[in-house]
Amino acid sequence: MTRSTLRIGAGAGFSGDRIEPALDLIEHGDLDYLAFECLAERTIGLAQAARAADPQAGFDPLLEARMRRALPLAAPRGVRIVTNMGAANTLGAARKVTEIARELGLSGYRTAAVTGDDVLDLVLAGDYPLIDRPGTSRDLGGAIVSANAYLGAQGIVMALEQGADTVITGRVCDPALFLGPLAHELGWSFDDHAMMGQGTVIGHLLECAGQVCGGYFADPGVKDVPDLARLGFPYADVARDGGAVLGKLAGSGGRIDTATVKEQLLYEILDPAAYLQADVSADFRHVRIEQTGPDRVRVSGGMGRAAPDKLKVSIAYHDGYVGEGQISYAGPGAAARGRLAIEIIRERLKIIGAQVEELRCDLIGMDAVDRRGAGGEPAEVRVRIAARASCANSAHAIGAEVEALYTNGPMGGGGVTRSVRQVLAVASTLIARELVQPRVHLEIA
Amino acid sequence: MAEILRDIAHVRTGDKGDISQIAIFALRDADYPRLLAAVTPERVAAHLPGLMPRAIRRYELPALGAVNLVLEGALQGGVTRSLSLDAHGKTLGAQLLDLSLLPE
Repeated sequence: MTRSTLRIGAGAGFSGDRIEPALDLIEHGDLDYLAFECLAERTIGLAQAARAADPQAGFDPLLEARMRRALPLAAPRGVRIVTNMGAANTLGAARKVTEIARELGLSGYRTAAVTGDDVLDLVLAGDYPLIDRPGTSRDLGGAIVSANAYLGAQGIVMALEQGADTVITGRVCDPALFLGPLAHELGWSFDDHAMMGQGTVIGHLLECAGQVCGGYFADPGVKDVPDLARLGFPYADVARDGGAVLGKLAGSGGRIDTATVKEQLLYEILDPAAYLQADVSADFRHVRIEQTGPDRVRVSGGMGRAAPDKLKVSIAYHDGYVGEGQISYAGPGAAARGRLAIEIIRERLKIIGAQVEELRCDLIGMDAVDRRGAGGEPAEVRVRIAARASCANSAHAIGAEVEALYTNGPMGGGGVTRSVRQVLAVASTLIARELVQPRVHLEIA
Repeated sequence: MAEILRDIAHVRTGDKGDISQIAIFALRDADYPRLLAAVTPERVAAHLPGLMPRAIRRYELPALGAVNLVLEGALQGGVTRSLSLDAHGKTLGAQLLDLSLLPE
């Protein structure tokens, strides 16, 4: 028995997102589903490293905090949860949620883990051309930490068919967190490219949570957004024909209108005619966006064609260290003193023989992020030196040399900060889809 | 009198690997032709001389009153490798807002 409409909300747009808007949606939003998108490109590699250190770890570090607050509200209301917080340990995450459900007295609560995205063994055994740069996976050699395929929504549908109250995945295409419940509840076939395309549009609009409600939108005086400190998260009312109306809770901050929806529709889209997903090649060119009321926008017209034969795979690998140091200068001549500081550091790195592969020197306030070449003498500048090095010692030398500018550099330097981080970089490749099969594992409290 | 892009358009910037993506939307439908004239790949490259992407692709979306710019190789190797303070290039779209408009 499929429904006529479904209400699905977004509970997180990134791993560190605010929790209150998600809880408000569960409590007051009359939701059927809530999806938390928490897995950035690099997160799974970091999680794999955490799991190597502790076999119980490797899922989203905020999973427990989120679920302890969400489950007591969601379970009695029958709001089902879908999330990619499984990261590198989806089974461990499902066990953790089940443990929390037991502690909360939610006997019989069903949590499913969707696995199958981990293709590390396949990648290590083969030699796969990289798609975002020259070379192959073998060139990355022993530095590879993880390799995960972007699964589609089918594993999520399988889990929901087994009655899961919460579905935990690892790497899936972000819109699939929404497309899965939509296909399951509204009876959409994976062969129906148009519905897969429209479902992808809906998932894409929701996956960044607050961004479609005016987050990342405000430009005072030009594009004002009310009450961003209490930004509401969105939900969509989706009909069987795919037509969707976006909304947010009355009284929450933010705004939903044609401008916020358009910005989110094209966010991180390359070719709008072919947004490549595991389930569809979605076509956003003919999407219609209509205001139907205050903070209510209707979205229709997403299309699609058959999905590509291959699935995208993200490979995380160790890529040395980045050392960084910063120091500030102010008052007349600040920029000149900043430039002198940079000259001194460049010379010092040669004198001490630091093994640096790539060096970047910025004057924050002048040219650190600005690419226009805009001039003008600022009231203050902050020198920033960053360098890539294959060994930690050379990376540490960057901050040490910047710190030594206190007593050896230009007049009036202040506020030194320094850091070294190990770099976990990401490369992408493609893998034949028949090599990747989602599997469902069910835990019952 | 509209003189710069900010007078007629709003922008959203995203990233994919070593690609920066900037979507630009006409505030009013009537301004879409001026938007199209202003944000050619050549004018964008000239406005951001410090960026030096390998290639700029432009997609026109008249139904949305939008243009999507895809700047390949614009992020110094991408967010996970770049030494840039703004590794995602999230500030780039805003830097286009003072791009001059062509006379009507």
